[in-house]
Amino acid sequence: MTPTAPLNVEALRKDFPLLTRTVHDHPIVYLDSASSALQPQAVITAMDRYYETTHANVHRGVYATAEESTHLYENARLAAGRFIGAPDPAHEVVFTKNTTESLNLVAHSWGRTNLGAGDAILLTEMEHHANIVPWLMLAEEVGLEVRYVPVDGDGRLDLGELDSLVSGVKLVGVSAMSNVLGTINPLAEIAAVAHEAGAVVVADGAQLVPHAPVDVTTLGADFIAFSAHKMMGPTGIGVLWGRSELLNAMPPFLGGGGMILDVKLDSFRAADPPARFEAGTPPIAEAVGLTAAIAYLGEIGMDRIRAHELALTSYALSRLDEKLGPDCRVFGPPAGEDRGGVLSIAYRDVHAHDLAQVLDQFGVCVRPGHHCAKPLMRKLGVQATARASLSLFSDEHDIEVLIEGLVEAGRLFG
Amino acid sequence: MADLEELYREIILDHYRSPRNRGELDSPPAHRVEGFNPLCGDEVVISILVEGDKLADLKIAGSGCSISQSSASLMSSAVKGKSLDEVHRLIHTFKGMMSIHEAQLGQDGEAVEPEEVNLDELGELAALQGVVKFPVRIKCATLSWNALAQGLDEVAGQAG
Repeated sequence: MTPTAPLNVEALRKDFPLLTRTVHDHPIVYLDSASSALQPQAVITAMDRYYETTHANVHRGVYATAEESTHLYENARLAAGRFIGAPDPAHEVVFTKNTTESLNLVAHSWGRTNLGAGDAILLTEMEHHANIVPWLMLAEEVGLEVRYVPVDGDGRLDLGELDSLVSGVKLVGVSAMSNVLGTINPLAEIAAVAHEAGAVVVADGAQLVPHAPVDVTTLGADFIAFSAHKMMGPTGIGVLWGRSELLNAMPPFLGGGGMILDVKLDSFRAADPPARFEAGTPPIAEAVGLTAAIAYLGEIGMDRIRAHELALTSYALSRLDEKLGPDCRVFGPPAGEDRGGVLSIAYRDVHAHDLAQVLDQFGVCVRPGHHCAKPLMRKLGVQATARASLSLFSDEHDIEVLIEGLVEAGRLFG
Repeated sequence: MADLEELYREIILDHYRSPRNRGELDSPPAHRVEGFNPLCGDEVVISILVEGDKLADLKIAGSGCSISQSSASLMSSAVKGKSLDEVHRLIHTFKGMMSIHEAQLGQDGEAVEPEEVNLDELGELAALQGVVKFPVRIKCATLSWNALAQGLDEVAGQAG
């Protein structure tokens, strides 16, 4: 299979048990992978097998299944690291609960150590709340100046003032791909400017890592966070990759078992990364599921997945325009290299909740609301959108059913 | 689409398209209260003017989905000019109709037992009962009612 061969979507759909169910007597049309992706049978089976044959706590027992569990868990770390091109996955990949916890870890541990009263940080207007609120919490606590890169009319970051915005900041937090606009940000370009100014760059990779090839050696970020459940793995496990020298200099996040070298009644010595940041029994079965998800995606090829989703984004944008005209607004840049498969839709003046409710009757799963990006929604001048997001198993038929549902919503609320 | 037609009854769509009692009253003398649904961003701003034991006037502002906005509009028509006792009873009855489902979900501490709810009292408001089949939307329907209840409590607190 060449890296550019088109996906056989019809065959791939058979890998996803959930796609066989019906909703309101319609076959399910799952267009909410940006919120949480579906799992292929291989992921479900891997986790079942683990519980059926292997489960034991990690890093503790010496019996056979405990050794095997530890091996599987550490193997997941290597798989997650290799998936994003990490040079030293065994030491640079920290397992967390999800992207949100990964970003909170950076804010709590790196932030509290390196940021103080009067320091400035730079975020963007298109960040998910997960890359705003932890920083605002820290800002309230220690007194930070929080600046924002504005979003332009096409839904791209306006980098015109980046040089002056970045001047004097110690951290730049930026989404690799917007969960509302689908915009894929020029991370390497931003990181080069940020590094020149002496800032550390933390990337929210929740949307990009599941949908496009990512290589941290060229990405530019010093930290990147992502979640297994958005990349066809299970809920409950996320990843934080960070450069070793940064992780090594950071204090622990949560305290407890597993993250120490020694504990006395009045003191403790923290373990080295990544254990330093993994207090308590970790999500072991979930790590096994993540390994299976990475293998599944890797076998198909991230280049091919990206090409499929970009072509389908292009199809969707032109079909929505053709069938619904200017009544239908889809936010974000036109289909192209910097556009991922996220379609935030406003149709006439029908509220997103009402659109989503009507779409549900067609079996179509979309996400209505503000998508945990209220500052961006204010900027776009909308309270809510109905977001349809694509996956490797999405096809043109899904888009046609989506349009059929939107037409019905227009008729009902006309 | 039978369920949908039950949810989006004609009277609901009518109140959504042509909301009654839109706007804000001067505050003071009116009391202003806001309600937010953090899940979807819907918001409602209610201005209430209490005179003696009567809800003399109210206006509704804000924006949101058809269910939250029509519920606010229907509520405004139902409670305007009523005695506070009648308003409180209507709030109780309406929330009772909605809590038939909320109680099952265990979300609402003050859930009313279904047999206590007399839908006849609700008049046009009974059109919203289709919402209980769509549990996620119950919070849309109760948004303005919770805000009104809060506003009346605040006014009573000030008076006391």
